[in-house]
Amino acid sequence: MAIWLTKDSKVIVQGMTGSEGSKHTRRMLAAGTHVVGGVNPRKAGTTVDFDGTSLPVFASVADAMKETGADVSVIFVPPQFTKAAVVEAIDAEIPLAVVITEGVPVHDTAAFWAYNVEKGQRTRIVGPNCPGIASPGASNAGIIPADITPAGRIGLVSKSGTLTYQLMYELRDIGFSTSVGIGGDPVIGTTHIDALAAFQDDPDTDAIVMIGEIGGDAEERAAAFIKEHVTKPVVAYIAGFTAPPGKTMGHAGAIISGSAGTADAKKVALEAAGVKVGKTPSETARLMREIIQSR
Amino acid sequence: MDLYEYQGRDLFERHGLPVLAGGVAETPEEARAIAERLGGRVVVKAQVKVGGRGKAGGVKLADGPEETVARATDILGMDIKGHTVHKVMLAETADILEEYYFSYLLDRANRTFLCIASVAGGMDIEQVAAETPERVAKVAIDANKGVDVATAKEIVAKAQFPAEVADEIIEIAIKLWRAFVAEDATLVEVNPLAKVASGRVLLLDAKITLDENAGFRHPDHEALVDQSAVDPLEQAAKAKDLNYVKLDGQVGIIGNGAGLVMSTLDVVAYAGERHGNVKPANFLDIGGGASAAVMANGLEIVLSDPSVKSVFVNVFGGITACDEVANGIIQALALLEQRGEAVTKPLVVRLDGNNAEAGRAILDGAANPLVERVDTMDGAAERAAELAAAGV
Repeated sequence: MAIWLTKDSKVIVQGMTGSEGSKHTRRMLAAGTHVVGGVNPRKAGTTVDFDGTSLPVFASVADAMKETGADVSVIFVPPQFTKAAVVEAIDAEIPLAVVITEGVPVHDTAAFWAYNVEKGQRTRIVGPNCPGIASPGASNAGIIPADITPAGRIGLVSKSGTLTYQLMYELRDIGFSTSVGIGGDPVIGTTHIDALAAFQDDPDTDAIVMIGEIGGDAEERAAAFIKEHVTKPVVAYIAGFTAPPGKTMGHAGAIISGSAGTADAKKVALEAAGVKVGKTPSETARLMREIIQSR
Repeated sequence: MDLYEYQGRDLFERHGLPVLAGGVAETPEEARAIAERLGGRVVVKAQVKVGGRGKAGGVKLADGPEETVARATDILGMDIKGHTVHKVMLAETADILEEYYFSYLLDRANRTFLCIASVAGGMDIEQVAAETPERVAKVAIDANKGVDVATAKEIVAKAQFPAEVADEIIEIAIKLWRAFVAEDATLVEVNPLAKVASGRVLLLDAKITLDENAGFRHPDHEALVDQSAVDPLEQAAKAKDLNYVKLDGQVGIIGNGAGLVMSTLDVVAYAGERHGNVKPANFLDIGGGASAAVMANGLEIVLSDPSVKSVFVNVFGGITACDEVANGIIQALALLEQRGEAVTKPLVVRLDGNNAEAGRAILDGAANPLVERVDTMDGAAERAAELAAAGV
């Protein structure tokens, strides 16, 4: 088992006919993901061949779900069209929408999030600006490389893509149940807390790696949640200890404003909640290894 | 992107919000011309993106053009908390009877927008909130419903604005929200929002942050960037579509992925503590693909920084295989040589992940004396810091 994405997940791709969408659809298929089709109203009724796998293109998410029983959508459309694509996924009530697109205006994200809340949150949104979800050996929805690590019993939740890959690689001998890239934007659909809660309830996850970075107070809120609700061991890493205030470090959300959002404040909050915080990715991996080996 | 006050004033005026007439000057003579146009007494305000300019002497009153020239001469070139004043805003004056506070901002934690309003304006709102929280009203704004008359009335009631200004503030609240959305702002802060002797309510200051991700809907926002305040290396990097931030250390950093690069800065800073206190010279994320051309552009920017003494290339091969990245580095160095750039600074390269061994073999085979391969992030950071310290 894994969280949110399993071997039974049926995946559609919004933007499958675009260059990024088709490249990653091919990769997801190669990783064993059960991709069942794509969405593009202008190409509805056609099929696209991916190394021998022919996938149908549907006019809408709702059509694709009706025809294929899809329960996951991965969204690769450009930022200008992302809001409309997510709203369409929400309207179709697809259980999981993974928004890979980078550079989505925050007013658009806030708008589709408010719409999702208004509609009763029937859709779990992951992202935007995220690498997606990988449940090694079962399914892969997004751009996380599928062959870094085999399946195992660590759960991982992260704001950063490449740091996710780095930690998965360092702990590949132990393996992962699910890795969730929640994205580095100021407003995101799935938070550290959502993933921590799901891993806590997942019988196939023994321990959790949490990766954060400067900006906002999501890590502090996650720390409070861990203290109250998480009994599984959690190891954390925060990037940006030496980042200067007022400079955006790559991710739209990664900025220290005044005294808020520093890595130190996050580390203090997490340690107060009993979380071991690594100073570097390799130290973080070592802390997790010690926990697994002492079990 | 943070705007200067004068840009905010212009933006408010464009959106039909009540502001005082004004203009911006870079020289005392330009200030004179604006003072002549405005007539009477004017206020001369330093344009810096930092608070506390009033206390620092960056805001002065002037009667007539001659005094305006004198005050502008005083303020232009001033240093306010490390920011040099290159521009002054001149504006009409008004007799302020009461000062309020009003803002809309993104509320990250609640994934929505927020209005903060208070009758205790003109001072630091965080201090007001800490000392007298009951005087600070916070109203969540639904991103899709926005601010209508009912919401504006709720804000006015919660903030306890006086009855005689309620109608004006309701109108301002609605118009300001429309401006906030129309311009894709993440912050509009008015402090003070003032009731003046004529009885009107005016927006007398503007602190605005615009969302750079929304640039595609706002071609006009590009002109708001103050090129004189942008680091020349950052400007050159932007022209090449590179995600680069200039820092003040000696170890050039190139990596793939924002989180990994941020983490690299930390690891290099820790290593620097053991090597002459060298620090990272920049943040540069060349993204997932890391092609030879992008690598060459990145190296060119980083190597053109005179304070850089060594470069740490930190790549985790995810979807991109490390052999492609290694070829990219070798080709990038050749490309720079073709462009006539003599590369003399040492490069420490760490490749890990997808096809790492093939990538390392390519680097070894090329045997470039400037390129040193270290296979762990910590070890490579250590070596890059050591080389930078030796080069200082």
